[in-house]
Amino acid sequence: MNNIVIANIIRFIGLLLLQVLVLNHVNLFGFINPLVYIVWIFLFPIKKNKSAFLILSFLLGLSIDFFSDSGGIHAASTLFIAFIRIPILNLVLGKSDFDYVLFNLRSIAFLKAISFITILTLIHHFVLFSLEYFSFNAILSILFNTLITGVFTILLSILGIILFTKKK
Amino acid sequence: MQQLIYFIRKYRYFLLFLLLEIIAFSLTIQQHSYHQSKFVNSANFISGGFYTKVNSVSEYFHLKKENQLLNEENVRLKNQLDKIGVPSNDSIYNFSDSIQNYHYTIAKVINNNYTKRNNYLTINKGSNKGITPELGVINSKGVIGVVKNISTNYATVLSILNSNSKINVKLKNSNHFGSLIWNGEDYAYVQITDFPRQAKLKKGDTIITGGKSAIFPEGINIGTIDEIIIKNHLYHQVNVLLFNDMSAIGQVQIVKNLQKEEQLKLEEKSTNE
Repeated sequence: MNNIVIANIIRFIGLLLLQVLVLNHVNLFGFINPLVYIVWIFLFPIKKNKSAFLILSFLLGLSIDFFSDSGGIHAASTLFIAFIRIPILNLVLGKSDFDYVLFNLRSIAFLKAISFITILTLIHHFVLFSLEYFSFNAILSILFNTLITGVFTILLSILGIILFTKKK
Repeated sequence: MQQLIYFIRKYRYFLLFLLLEIIAFSLTIQQHSYHQSKFVNSANFISGGFYTKVNSVSEYFHLKKENQLLNEENVRLKNQLDKIGVPSNDSIYNFSDSIQNYHYTIAKVINNNYTKRNNYLTINKGSNKGITPELGVINSKGVIGVVKNISTNYATVLSILNSNSKINVKLKNSNHFGSLIWNGEDYAYVQITDFPRQAKLKKGDTIITGGKSAIFPEGINIGTIDEIIIKNHLYHQVNVLLFNDMSAIGQVQIVKNLQKEEQLKLEEKSTNE
């Protein structure tokens, strides 16, 4: 129990620093900065206090905003995927009564885990870039950035999850 | 009343989500309006401290380039001095009757963004070094941006690569003014939209600051015209290639207009009459 709390705190701070100090300055091909910090949302245990999870997601996004001078765009998009995480999980697994207590991203089928990550990442990026551009005229730029950045976020997230979490 | 409490208890999860989302949205909207000071910015103790730590390592990788910039500026200033004809060791020349219009402070960029739609820089000087919002930030090659938020030791700079940035510029060889904006595509190019149709533009013309805004002194370099798009016989858009490489900014200078208050007061007085 306590182990889970400590692991999540360390993950929170670790991902935050990794994002703002390293990944925000990668500029792959000139403009791509993968947003891997949302892995925290994917890995947070399901059967925990739901309200605390929302507040923590908001704080994670807000901390990223503080470092990158972006108003509240990361807070808004991170909070949004935190809210829709369980409905998406139900959708992906195709049933509503999965085992909440023992749920672990590594314990479900690999393809289902990937589609869960992909859907949440793309929604997060779309909300994020829409708020950043803040204009309907820029819809093409928004979609383009969502897709390109999304691909690298998904690749790095899956790689990170495979490398740094234990298989159950 | 009881029903209201029941309603809140039933939907408290969704209401919490809604409340936090509204906070995030209002922070975003505040960010998009230029004049409102904002709460979320990197000019604070924690992020400033982290960026300073990281910068103290990464700045070594740019030393060669910084050195060259410094040398180039030295040569340029020496040539200018020679043209004006002030003998370098002449103590008779009296400066005391000239008024200092601008005061410059050096600062170091500790965080630089240039690939997002709205970019900001963080610098390592704040209110305790006399920095206030709305001061111009330049380096030896040209304009960088305008100071937006300050804390005691740090400040954030609204880069010219930002949708909220609008700087008064003019052609070097005539007095036609325009406004500098950025379309968010390439960080090497900025755009000018409202040149009058009488202005004669050609590729390669130099663009400098106009000095109408009381933030920047007149005549700071910006870039050269690279492409002119004409629609309905009007200058629809002029693409300007920046002199500065916005991806590698090290040392910058902050410009304080010492006559700003006087200028603004006078302008206000004349518009009121």
